[in-house]
Amino acid sequence: MAPVKLYPPRPEKVYLFGTCLIDMFYPEAGLDAIRLLEREGIEVIFPDDQTCCGQPAYTSGYHDEAREVARAQLGLFPDPWPIVVPSGSCGGMMRTHYPQLFAGSVDEALARDVAERVFELTEFLVHVCHLPLEDHGEPETIAMHTSCSARREMGLADTGPALLAKLGQVELVEQVRASECCGFGGTFAVRHPEVSSAMVEDKTQAIEATGAKHFVTSDCGCLMNIAGRFAHQGKDVKGEHIASYLWRRTS
Amino acid sequence: MSAAVQTFTPKAFHRQAHDALGNPQIRDNFRRAMDGLMSKRRDVFSDWDLETLRELGANIRLRALAKLPDLLEQLEANCQANGIRVHWAADGDEACRIIRDICESHDARAVIKGKSMVSEEMHLNDHLEQAGIEALESDLGEYLVQLNQQTPSHIIMPAIHLNTDEISEIMHTKTGTERTRDVDYMTAAARQQLRERFMAADVGVSGVNFAVAETGTLCLVENEGNGRMTTTVPPVHIAVTGIEKVVEQLRDVPPLYALLTRSATGQHVTTYFNMISGPRKADEHDGPREVHLVLVDNGRSSIYQDDELLDTLRCIRCGACMNHCPVYTRVGGHTYGTTYPGPIGSILMPHMLGLEETKDLPTASSLCGACGEVCPVKIPIPDLLVRLRKESVGEGRGNVPGAGVKRSGKEVAAWKSFQWLATHPAAWRRSTALAGKLQALMPSSIGPWTDHRTAPKPAKASLHALVKRHRRGEGEA
Amino acid sequence: MSSREQILKRLRERSDGPLTAPVSDFAVVTGRGWDSAERLARFERLIGSVHGEVVHAPQARWIEALSEVLVAKGVRRLALGREHPVPAEARQALADSDIELVDVDRDIEAWQREQFESVDAGLTSTRGGIAETGSLWLWPTADEPRLISLVPPIHIAVLDAESIEDTFFDVVERHGWAQGMPTNALLVSGPSKTADIEQTLAYGVHGPKALVVILRHTAEVPA
Repeated sequence: MAPVKLYPPRPEKVYLFGTCLIDMFYPEAGLDAIRLLEREGIEVIFPDDQTCCGQPAYTSGYHDEAREVARAQLGLFPDPWPIVVPSGSCGGMMRTHYPQLFAGSVDEALARDVAERVFELTEFLVHVCHLPLEDHGEPETIAMHTSCSARREMGLADTGPALLAKLGQVELVEQVRASECCGFGGTFAVRHPEVSSAMVEDKTQAIEATGAKHFVTSDCGCLMNIAGRFAHQGKDVKGEHIASYLWRRTS
Repeated sequence: MSAAVQTFTPKAFHRQAHDALGNPQIRDNFRRAMDGLMSKRRDVFSDWDLETLRELGANIRLRALAKLPDLLEQLEANCQANGIRVHWAADGDEACRIIRDICESHDARAVIKGKSMVSEEMHLNDHLEQAGIEALESDLGEYLVQLNQQTPSHIIMPAIHLNTDEISEIMHTKTGTERTRDVDYMTAAARQQLRERFMAADVGVSGVNFAVAETGTLCLVENEGNGRMTTTVPPVHIAVTGIEKVVEQLRDVPPLYALLTRSATGQHVTTYFNMISGPRKADEHDGPREVHLVLVDNGRSSIYQDDELLDTLRCIRCGACMNHCPVYTRVGGHTYGTTYPGPIGSILMPHMLGLEETKDLPTASSLCGACGEVCPVKIPIPDLLVRLRKESVGEGRGNVPGAGVKRSGKEVAAWKSFQWLATHPAAWRRSTALAGKLQALMPSSIGPWTDHRTAPKPAKASLHALVKRHRRGEGEA
Repeated sequence: MSSREQILKRLRERSDGPLTAPVSDFAVVTGRGWDSAERLARFERLIGSVHGEVVHAPQARWIEALSEVLVAKGVRRLALGREHPVPAEARQALADSDIELVDVDRDIEAWQREQFESVDAGLTSTRGGIAETGSLWLWPTADEPRLISLVPPIHIAVLDAESIEDTFFDVVERHGWAQGMPTNALLVSGPSKTADIEQTLAYGVHGPKALVVILRHTAEVPA
């Protein structure tokens, strides 16, 4: 379990680390995260030179390559503002594994400094922004899949549901085995495609069984996986990043 | 209906996984069993300060490892003082020879066994059979698996891959019992069959859950009573254990026992906790006349060398990591092709068999973290899986057998390209069809992905581009 | 070099250097602070949850309870010790009954098949109980050997209510187990069981099918 984190007061500014998956496939989710933060009067700095946290290489064992990619990100956050990451998996990489990657190197202190300032988006919205939300949407039932990185590596099983609970017209339904992995796991889905697809098949069945026609996640890897499976099955269940969902219903 | 004799190897993980995934019986047996075990564990820990208890468990095991050589010597001295003969084996073959020699010195023809994963690890039964000594498993699950000429598919519940009908068929075919779904009948029949064998056995072989250095005591945890039978009825008892199973003091045992039973099967306690500190004394009327302890290294002292890998040796063999593993739950234990399946097997077996044989095991995890979360001694299993991936691609310390076996020019080139792109922000931004490019770097990825899922479409504009427009006040959707 | 020397040498000459042993805090496995009523209630609830049967009896009338159990279970041949007050009192009381008393103070080799096949129950004393897990602790002796609590289909154990303690850790510490372990120390929590056939519980797979605890009270017997 992730250690208890002490949360700072609401800052004037934050950095947003958008993540490569959002950059490539779900840019609106990144923009919606920015909009949510800006609506709270927080200035969002988006370092233009950001690319990827390096996690795909890291979990594949290519730590030399991962370290170079990570090193390229370390210098992007010179001021002491929090770094908000709309992904538990990239957030976990930066918070937990950056210090390990740079242990004993000249960049260790910098890696630790960055790691300590990293917040997953829903974590930041709940614990630092104490985000108020006014729901303008129609009544709806929704399911949520919290990524394993958010849930276990970062200890954030509750922040996504806490935000959804603030939407007056939205009922969150919990699928069976909600804490079980959807089978994405980065390169796992590539190296063990059959096992991975058995896992995502079960996840889609569990979500479908709730009767919800929408599901949200706080990680685009899981989103790509689960929504991709639903689409492949031709099922009418749509997925969305939680940032987009929150923005859509409250703007 | 009973499965034909089948050999599983870690090298064939993919094929075995494919077969298991396509076998509804296997899927159903494991899913139901693992669901049950997970919920029982949750319930039994509900009134405990679990984190503090896990902390203590990890701490006790770490302390034992920190003093390991001294504790092994102390264990040996105290066992000897208690009349237990102690043997040391560098590997499984040596351990098998030691046990065979003890058996032969007693002209033993029949060995009865309590559950011991170390004996599975060293293939003791095969070895004894080749020497003309019959080794019969007495744990009900192990007995059934042995009747079916299989190996255990779970370290705590060896026959978890079989359902009642399959077991009934195995018992009918091999022992002549009636075909039935009556579990009490089958259990009673096995009791009858095995009681004869206990009485006839020349030697009992058991494992050890904790070996206490301070008192020279061997602790065995069980529900059935076959462990007590094995260690009490035959005239000779041989206990075999990995060198890492030692703990310093007797007071270390209660917390580990509490963690073990709760984590393994969700029981607050097992039926028996059996603590053996010597053979039958002159005035006593039962128990073995001779007790031997065989301490087996078999790769453990290599794991011991490395600060990070060392955590592997904290394991108390509860099986909670497999019970909670979404991969194990779907493919079952045999798919791994190793004595220890599931997450603990994937971090342990590469040291015993080498990464050439086991290269697909460390990657057979989505790194979801469920194993690490439930581990009673807080082994960071996901981190160790990543470490072994690193060793297999040749970017680790090179101290795991077979290190570098997975390093391929193609894959290195792909990751180097990824590195180049991700460290050249201007090029990254220019790549409007970035996703397409990255996919091109991993040609194997797109096929398996789209067999089961619709591929995501790369966005028309990247987040970088959207942020620029947003800053200019354009493009607000 | 012998394997012993080789293993110890490798462990001593560890590549990453010597390890530091942490100090352990055992608070989590002790200090329950239960009063005697709570302790008793927990013991009974826990051992009951694993199929152990508890029969309460006033200290002075425990033999009556034993007789009732023997009748109820249809025990005709009872294996028991001789010297410990529990078997000694039972022998005296049952001397003229229909129950055949089977001596256990003889080497097992002389009567193994008899023990395995024609003893209905074994009676033993216990050294104490553990409330947290519903366990009995036994240190078998020459008078009450190891197998009589295992081989017969019924194990009848006599336990004094005041000898129940809170946790296993408390027992190990307070009774100084580390200062002198017997050949065999046992915790027994319920009858023998297995769930190896599709997780279906079945009792008596190798050991007793039934465990009856005669719980003796010097104070008032709880309702």
